[in-house]
Amino acid sequence: MSPRLWSYILRHRRAYLFGFALSVAASVLLMLDPLILRKAVDAITAGTDRRALLTYALMLIGVNLGAWILRYFWRLHILGASRRIEYEIRNDFLAHLQRMHQAYFQHTRTGDLMTRAVSDLNTVQRFVGPGIMHFFSTLITAAIAVAFMLSINVPLTLSLIIILPMVSLTFVILGPMIHRQYESVQDQFSTVSTKAQENFSGIRVLKAFAQEPQEVEQFANLNREYIRRNLAVIRTDGALWPLMMFFLGLAAVVLLWQGGDAVIARRITLGQFVQFSGYLALLSWPMIALGWVLNLMQRGRASMKRLDEVFAQRSRIADAPDARPVHKLRGEIEFRDVTFAYNGTPVLRDVSLRIPAGSTTAIVGHLGSGKSTLVNLIPRLFDVTEGQVLIDGVDVRRLRLGDLRRHIGFVPQDTFLFSETLRENVGYGLEVVDEERVREASAVAQIAGDIADFPRGYDTLVGERGVTLSGGQKQRAAIARAVARDPRILILDDALSSVDTNTEEAILSRLRGVMAARTAILISHRVSTVRHADQIVVLSEGRIVERGTHDELLARGGLYAELYQRQLLEEALEEA
Amino acid sequence: MSTHFQEDEILGKAYDARLMRRLLTYLRPYRGAVVVAVILLLLAAAAELAGPYFVKVAIDRYISSGDMAGLARISALYLLTLILAAGIRYAQNYITQIVGQNVMYNIRMEMFAHLQRLSVAFFSRNPVGRLMTRITNDVDTLYEMVTSGVVTVFGDVFMLAGIIIAMLLLDWRLALVVFTVLPALVAMTLWFQVRSRESYRAVRIRIARINAYLNENIMGMTIAQLFNRQRRNFEKFDVLNRDHLDSHLRAVRYFALFFPSVGFIAAVATALLIWYGGGQVVQGAVTIGVLVAAIQYSERFFRPIQDLAEKYNILQAAMASSERIFRILDEPVTVEDRADPVPLPRVRGEIEFQDVWFAYPSSADEDSVPAAGRTAGRRDGEPPLPEGSDEWVLKGVSFRIAPGESVAFVGHTGAGKTSIINLLLRFYDPQRGRVLVDGVDVREYAQRDLRRHIGLVLQDVFLFSGTIASNIRLGNDEIADEEIRRAAEFVNAHRFIDRMPKGFASDVVERGTTLSAGQRQLIAFARAISHNPDILLVLDEATSSVDTETEILIQDALRRVLRGRTSIIIAHRLSTIQNVHRILVLHKGRIVEEGTHRDLLVAGGIYTKLYQLQYRDQEITAAIDG
Repeated sequence: MSPRLWSYILRHRRAYLFGFALSVAASVLLMLDPLILRKAVDAITAGTDRRALLTYALMLIGVNLGAWILRYFWRLHILGASRRIEYEIRNDFLAHLQRMHQAYFQHTRTGDLMTRAVSDLNTVQRFVGPGIMHFFSTLITAAIAVAFMLSINVPLTLSLIIILPMVSLTFVILGPMIHRQYESVQDQFSTVSTKAQENFSGIRVLKAFAQEPQEVEQFANLNREYIRRNLAVIRTDGALWPLMMFFLGLAAVVLLWQGGDAVIARRITLGQFVQFSGYLALLSWPMIALGWVLNLMQRGRASMKRLDEVFAQRSRIADAPDARPVHKLRGEIEFRDVTFAYNGTPVLRDVSLRIPAGSTTAIVGHLGSGKSTLVNLIPRLFDVTEGQVLIDGVDVRRLRLGDLRRHIGFVPQDTFLFSETLRENVGYGLEVVDEERVREASAVAQIAGDIADFPRGYDTLVGERGVTLSGGQKQRAAIARAVARDPRILILDDALSSVDTNTEEAILSRLRGVMAARTAILISHRVSTVRHADQIVVLSEGRIVERGTHDELLARGGLYAELYQRQLLEEALEEA
Repeated sequence: MSTHFQEDEILGKAYDARLMRRLLTYLRPYRGAVVVAVILLLLAAAAELAGPYFVKVAIDRYISSGDMAGLARISALYLLTLILAAGIRYAQNYITQIVGQNVMYNIRMEMFAHLQRLSVAFFSRNPVGRLMTRITNDVDTLYEMVTSGVVTVFGDVFMLAGIIIAMLLLDWRLALVVFTVLPALVAMTLWFQVRSRESYRAVRIRIARINAYLNENIMGMTIAQLFNRQRRNFEKFDVLNRDHLDSHLRAVRYFALFFPSVGFIAAVATALLIWYGGGQVVQGAVTIGVLVAAIQYSERFFRPIQDLAEKYNILQAAMASSERIFRILDEPVTVEDRADPVPLPRVRGEIEFQDVWFAYPSSADEDSVPAAGRTAGRRDGEPPLPEGSDEWVLKGVSFRIAPGESVAFVGHTGAGKTSIINLLLRFYDPQRGRVLVDGVDVREYAQRDLRRHIGLVLQDVFLFSGTIASNIRLGNDEIADEEIRRAAEFVNAHRFIDRMPKGFASDVVERGTTLSAGQRQLIAFARAISHNPDILLVLDEATSSVDTETEILIQDALRRVLRGRTSIIIAHRLSTIQNVHRILVLHKGRIVEEGTHRDLLVAGGIYTKLYQLQYRDQEITAAIDG
C-alpha cells in the first residue's frame, strides 16, 4: 500500500483499533444468536415451559441489543475515520497544488486534476472506510462462526467451508471482467458524447453541408454499438447476483441434506441443525461483501497511485533556502541578457531592458512576439532560461516569492474572476478586505459606476450564480483588483483590450495620478494606451527592435509608426 | 463537460401523472417484453419463497420420521428450485435491461434527431454543455428508472405479498406475531429514508460546492498565487471541506444506526417466535418445522421494504430529468420547411437580396427582460426592431449576383458580412425583405435542397474527429475516394496530406488541433469542392500564422474554386478581391459602395480606407517577396 495512505491511516489508528475491537465484540455477541436458538429449539423439542422460552427470547433480545450498540459505534468509528482521511487528503491536495508552478497547470488539464480529486479520492475513501471495515469484520465473523461450527460437527462444517467461498469467488472472478467490459462501455460512451458534442459545436458546418440525416445515422450507429457493449456487461453482470444467491442456496441445501442426515443419525440435535442454519445466515452477507471488498481494495490502490502521482510532482518555482525577505521596494526593474525558451522553443532572446523606479514603460508588438512572457518573468510565473531579472538590483530568484508578489499588481491578459462578490474580487489581494480601498480602486478602474448600478452593489456575486459581466467590466474589475493592493509595480498585460477608448482614457488618467511614484508596465495594441509612457519598447520575435518615446518612435518610421497609422485609419472608419 | 461541477439540484415531485403518461408511451412498443419480465419476477419470487417451506417439510416429514431417502428427495427438489430461480432471475434481468437499453436508445435518438432540425439560433442560445447533460445524464436517469424503478417495484411488491401469504398459510397465529414488528420496521425504514435523503442532499450540495471551488482554484491558480491568496483560499477550502465532513459524519450516524437496527428488529421477531411459537410447539399446536420456517421467512421481510423506500429517489430524479428532456423535444422548429417545398434539382446560381432587414434574435434565454424604449430613436422607413435584439445588422440591403459571377464583400468588423451568408444558407430568416435563389424565395425551398447546392468555407474551419478523408467527405458516402483525392489536388491540399504517414486515412483529433491553420483551410476548400456546389460561399481570412508557402497555395486554390461558379466571398486577401468580378462595400449594415477594385480605389471612399487598413500590408509584402 502507498506509504502516504498508510501515514493517513496511522494518524487515525486509535479510531481504527477501537473500531476493530468493537467489531470483534459485536461479532462474538452476534455469534451467540444461533447458540441461543439451538438451546431454545432443543428445549422446545424436549417440551419445556413458557418461562424458559421467555428467558431465551429475552436473552436473544439482550444479546442483539448489545450487538446493536456495538455495531453502531463500530461503524461510526471506522466510517468516521475514513471521512476524516478523505478530508485530510483533499486539503493536502489543494495545498500541494497551491505550491505548484504556472507551467505545471499549463500542461496538466484541469479536468484530469479534478477527476483525481473527485472520483479517485472517492474510491480511496471507500477503500479505507467500508472496504477495511467489512474486510476485517468478515474475517472475524468467519473465524468465530467456523470455530463454533467445527465444535459441533466437523464434516458438515467442511462441506460448508468449501461452498461458501464460492460466493466471494464469483465476485472476484466476474468483478474484474465486468470492470473491463464496463470500461469498454465507458469508451463507447465517450465516443457517443464526443459525437454529440462535435455535432452541437459544429452544427453550422453540418447544416451548411446538409449533413443532418447522415449525422443522425452515424449517431444511431454509435448508439447501437453502445447498446451492444452494454448488453455484454449485462450478460456478465446479470449473472453475478443469481450466481451468488445460488451458492448461498446450495450451502443451505447441503446443510438440509447432510445436516438432516446427521440429525436422523443422532450425530447432532435438531437445535444444532438450527444453529448451523443461523451461522449460514450470518455468513451470507459477509461472503457477498468479501468479493466486493477485495475488488475495491484493488481499485483503491490504483486510485491512490493516481493521487500519489500528483503529490510526487515538485514545484519548479519555489523559495531558495537563503531567500531574502522584502520589506520595501523602490520598484526598479532590470532585464539582463534574458533568454527564455518554452518547451525548447525560444520565446525571448537576449533581452536587456532597464525600467527605472517610478517610470512607466509600454511594450508593443505582434501576437507571439513575447510581450506577455517578458512581464511574466517579473513575479516569477516563469524563471528565465538564461540571464537575470533584477528588482532593485537583486535577482528575483533570491527574493522571497510571497514578498515579491505582494508588491506587484498584475492584470493578466485572460481575465479571471472568482465566483465571489465583487467586493471579494476587487479586494482579492488584501489581507483584510478594506471597504475604503476597494471603493477607491474601483473608482480608479472606472468600474465603481457599474457596480453601483447592480441591485446588490459590491455584494453582487460574479458568475453563474450572480451577474455575468461583460468583457470590459471583467477587465476593469481585474484592474481594480490589482490597484487595490497599492502595489509598487503595476503590470497591465493587454488589460484594456475590451474597454472602449473613452473609458480607457479615463482609467489611464486616473492611473497616472495613483501611479505617479510607482513603476508601471503596460502591454497594449493601442497607441492611445501607450503614447504617454516614459519609454516604449517594441518587441518582435522575442527581441527588442525599437525603443524610445512616442515621438521618437514616430520619427523613426518603423513598426511603431505603422501601428500608429493603422490606428488613425480605424478611428476614421469608426466615424464614417 | 468536465469543468461543469455545479450540480442540478433535483427537487420535485416523485410522481407526475402527465410526465408518467408520456414516459409510458416509450414502453409501449415493448409491452410484451415488460409483461414477460413481470411474470418472470413473479416466478422468481415464488421460487425464492419455496426455500423455508422445503425446510419445514424436511423437518416435519422426513427428519422427524428418520426418512433419509425422503430427505434426499426434498433436498434435490430444493436444489432444482435454486437452479430454476437463478435462471429465471438472470432471464428477467436480461429482458428488463434490453427494454431499458432500447428505451434509452429511442429517447436519445429522438432528441438528437429533433436537435438536428432546430435552428442555428437555438444552438447559439443553449450552451453545448447544457445540451450534453440532457442527452447523456438525463437519459441515463430515465434508463435507471425503467430498469431498477418500474420493473423491480413489481418484484418487491410480489415478494412482500408472497412472504405475507406464505406465513399466513404456514400458520396464521405465528404470522400475526411476526407482523407485530412490522410497524416498527416500516417506521424505522421511513425515518431512515427521510433522514438519509436529507443528509445525502446536504452532502451532495456540499461536495458540489467543494468541487466548484477546487475547479475554480485550479483554473485561477495563477491569480491566487500572484495575489498571495494561497493561505486564505486554503482556509476557505478547509471550511467547505470541513462542512462536507460534518455533513458526512451526520449521515454516517444514520447509516450506522439503521442497518444494525434492522438486525435488532429481526432479532426481536425471532425472540417473539421462540417465546410464543415455541410455546405453541410444546403444546403441540404447531410443528417444529413450521417454527423454523417462520423464523426464516421473517428474516426475508426486510429487503423488499428497504428496496421500495429507495425507489422514491429514483422516481424523483426521473421526473426531473424527463421534464428537462421533454422541454427539448417540445422546442418548436423555428426555421421550418414549407409543407410543399419547391423542388430544386439544379441551380443556375442567381442570387438576389431585396431590401433585406435583419437583426439577430436575442442570445439570452427567453426569461430575460427585454430592454425598454428601443423603438424610440427609430429613423424613418426603419421597421421596428424585433423584441430582444440589440441592433439591426442589415438595413435594407439589396443586390443581385448573376449566375457564374463572383462577388466580394468587404467591410469593417461588424459591418454585417457574415449575416449575408447566414441568410443565404437560411440559418436565419430576415425580418423584412426577401432572399432569392434563381428567382425564388429561399423559404420556398426545402432547407436541405437549398444547402446541397451551396458550398461553404468558414473562417473558423471546424474539423471533426475522424480522418482527413472523412472530414472532406463529411458523411456523404456518395463521394468516392477518387473524388476526394481529386478535390484535394484541385485545392493543393494533396501535398501535405500525402506527406502524412497515413495520407488521407490520417487521424484528425477533435477540432483538428494537430493541423496548422493553413492546412485546415485547405481541407475546408477540399470539403466544399468535393460536394460540387453550384454556389460557393467563402469566409476567407488571411491568418497571420499561415506560412508563405501555404499562403500561396491557398490563394491559388481560391482562384481555381471561384472559376465558373456563383461565389460570394467575405474577403480578407488582396489577391482575392483583385480576382472577383465585383466588390460590394458593406458599412454599418448598408451597401455603401460597389465596383471593381480599381474603380473603388479611384473613388477614394470607405473602400480606400479599408484597403489601406486591411490590404495594403499584403501588397507591400507581396512586392517585397515578389
